[in-house]
Amino acid sequence: MSVAQGVNYLNEDKSLKSWLFTLDHKRIGVMYLFGVMTMFLLGGIFAILIRLELLAPGPDLMTADTYNQMFTLHGAIMIFLFIIPAIPAALGNFVLPLMIGAKDVAFPRLNLASWYVYLLGAGFALFSMLAGAADTGWTFYTPYSTTTSTSVISMTMAAFILGFSSIFTGVNFIATIHKLRAPGMTWFKMPLMIWALYATAVIQILATPVLGITLVLLVLEKAFGIGIFDPAMGGDPVLFQHFFWFYSHPAVYIMVLPGMGIISELIATFSKKKIFGYKLIAYSSVAIALISFLVWGHHMFTSGQSELAAMVFSFLTFFVGIPSGVKMFNWLATMYKGRISFEAPMLWALSFMFLFAIGGFTGIMLGAISLDIHFHDTYFVVAHFHYVMMGGTVVAFFGGLHYWWPKIWGRMYNETLAKISVILVFIGFNMTFFTQFILGSQGMPRRYFNYLDQYQPLHAFSSYGSWVLGLGFIIMAFYLIHSLFRGKKAPDNPWGALTLEWQTSSPPSHHNFDEIPDLDHDPYDYDKLMVVDDKLIRKNGQSEKKETTVN
Amino acid sequence: MSEHTQSNHHILPLKVYLGIAGALFVLTIITVAVSFFHFGELNIIVALLIAATKGTLVALYFMHLKYDNKLYMTIFVLSLIFLAIFLGFTMLDTNFRGEIDVSEGPPIDQNAIIYEQQK
Amino acid sequence: MEHAEHPKFLQHHFTDAEQQAESAKLGMWIFLLTEILLFGGLFVFYAIFRSWHPDMFYEAHKVLSVPLGTLNTFVLITSSLTMALSIRAMQLNNRKQTIWYLVATLLLAATFLVVKYFEYHHKFELGQLPGRFYTYEGINAVNPHIFFSVYFTMTGLHGIHVLIGMIVITWVLVRTIKNDFSSEYYTPIEMTGLYWHLVDLIWIFLFPLLYLIG
Repeated sequence: MSVAQGVNYLNEDKSLKSWLFTLDHKRIGVMYLFGVMTMFLLGGIFAILIRLELLAPGPDLMTADTYNQMFTLHGAIMIFLFIIPAIPAALGNFVLPLMIGAKDVAFPRLNLASWYVYLLGAGFALFSMLAGAADTGWTFYTPYSTTTSTSVISMTMAAFILGFSSIFTGVNFIATIHKLRAPGMTWFKMPLMIWALYATAVIQILATPVLGITLVLLVLEKAFGIGIFDPAMGGDPVLFQHFFWFYSHPAVYIMVLPGMGIISELIATFSKKKIFGYKLIAYSSVAIALISFLVWGHHMFTSGQSELAAMVFSFLTFFVGIPSGVKMFNWLATMYKGRISFEAPMLWALSFMFLFAIGGFTGIMLGAISLDIHFHDTYFVVAHFHYVMMGGTVVAFFGGLHYWWPKIWGRMYNETLAKISVILVFIGFNMTFFTQFILGSQGMPRRYFNYLDQYQPLHAFSSYGSWVLGLGFIIMAFYLIHSLFRGKKAPDNPWGALTLEWQTSSPPSHHNFDEIPDLDHDPYDYDKLMVVDDKLIRKNGQSEKKETTVN
Repeated sequence: MSEHTQSNHHILPLKVYLGIAGALFVLTIITVAVSFFHFGELNIIVALLIAATKGTLVALYFMHLKYDNKLYMTIFVLSLIFLAIFLGFTMLDTNFRGEIDVSEGPPIDQNAIIYEQQK
Repeated sequence: MEHAEHPKFLQHHFTDAEQQAESAKLGMWIFLLTEILLFGGLFVFYAIFRSWHPDMFYEAHKVLSVPLGTLNTFVLITSSLTMALSIRAMQLNNRKQTIWYLVATLLLAATFLVVKYFEYHHKFELGQLPGRFYTYEGINAVNPHIFFSVYFTMTGLHGIHVLIGMIVITWVLVRTIKNDFSSEYYTPIEMTGLYWHLVDLIWIFLFPLLYLIG
């Protein structure tokens, strides 16, 4: 089966139909990429508008009701339509089969269905936006969500439908990783990105159905008054929170785990050193996935759950810090005495480590009941989860996007502009959100439309930061779009990485690999191999003996 | 990898299927019969034990878990473990409210009818 | 690649039929896991409200008809048996038997829904309904409408699954008639069977929990 030179998955058939009915995981990944980037733009615009409104106290741009809808849309769109699908469904879809040497995911039709379901969910969200957007916050807490007159049902349906899309991706990834690894690709020869995607998929399939049933019950409660969340009818609103967080806390790790996978790849590639503690990083991904199901009550310390539950949840919450710390130290140890080069993806990775450390530590603070009573529902919480979600996941997503960009499109981007962009985002992000730690500790409540004059300077500074942040992303949009059309042709392996996706052409052909990929090395054998002109060269003139040790 | 097809999969004898179905029928009759006696707390335990036995039979024989790759068994058990976690931790709240920090009354008066039901 | 003869049911990205069948089965089991957790949410609901109001559950469950519930249990178990036998028949390449067993499964599923319809109809007439639609006066307990919220969401979701099962069974029935399957390849029937057994399995728990509160 010889493929003609220069024919790849992008140019083999350029018709619209060939895209809309494609079963190729790479094309589906690319379509997802467009989907999530559009949603990131939309959610980002809402964010900028929110910050603009908060520049000064009192109503400036919008009414209080509009403001409530604005932060709800920002949250719901960013969570359900951007962060959750961003890394697994867009980047993961593209790289997962490539990294394990497979021709496609296990269920290509399910994969395409997942994208259309995603579109349908996005449609419902947009409908809700136009038909009197929900103003409940992305958490849909009862009893407010069951009594407000805004279009909660359509937003709930959107989240429900998007849950299916997420489950489809999860089912596909687990089956693919179990059954479609190339011959010789044992579990401990898989790149750490795959371990992270695997752990993510496990959460996706275990937690998302519970979100589904929760949202169905919410709709039934709102539409038919079945009374199970309504204290006036013998129901209990706190139960809704249990149901919601049984999904949504693990969902936080659906968002951040694949980000950690990307960082493992970036740190190893750009340090040109064998990853330190491969097995520990792999196991810690799985450990995070499992522990994530035991801690959801820490969102409810002030909701009226029993003290016993609060204590148990608080105690267990601290355990999440351990596997996260394991990863951090292993990345640091990988970099130690490595040949580090500071290309744009590495700068994103370093930003991640700095921002995620802050996000993680403040998370431990919030896990302590006594502190949480003080910080609950203040800007401290807002700052914390933005450090984890944006400083962690979004930064890792863009790190991954820059890293795999040459593979996806076969073109390079402007490295200088990329560096400027990542630095602007890093500065802007810290301006925007570090300020909010201070605001929160001073008592500024979250989701408030108005505030006391004493908070004005910090609010203003935070808003200025959001402009720097926005500028960073505008520059990025500029050079990435430019690269699509005018970018320099990318070599097969621009970063000298050893994982399998770099052993095929850029962009890959329809079947990913023209011959079964070379698997006689581990994904991070930088001590034994190097890449010169897209070719693997063995260091020290070692022979091509197969290694039998796995580490 | 050799050219396996599905034909080498385990085919159970007819009498296994009939036997399992028979056992399910008998257990159904037992659980109905038992429900007419009142043992208090014991009732639900007996009912769930019988249901669990029936469920195990269905999973092991009808769903072939006994003969298939143990990975599927793992997945099945995993779902039950996480369901138990979900139930257990939620009950850690719902069944222990106001017990440590004793409050004047439970946070939600569970028998309250705050407003008359709309009819 | 593509050295040996390539069966038409084998998709391009699998190396052989076994890999394809095993992947499908794994995917199906993961799907079943999501189903268990979906219903699990309702079981958790049930457990919490029952532990809060054991007496109300006891009083309210009396209006359910144990004979009809028992009948439906038998119907569903029998349909599970016929489903399993239809797969066995296909493993033995007995297409005709498969068709008849699938038809029997369909009929039993329909019977289940008809019985369920009469139960529902009866409750609608008496106002034994969830939440604010509850108008029945014959239950001597506080907030009995909660029991019916639980009853209708659980049996309703289960009923929807029976309905979806019937659609899927019809689909594999048509494909069996069209001679798409053989003992070499019957994955869709096998997957339908797994789904159908799960529907049965869930009913095995719903029945004592709702109808037989002692």
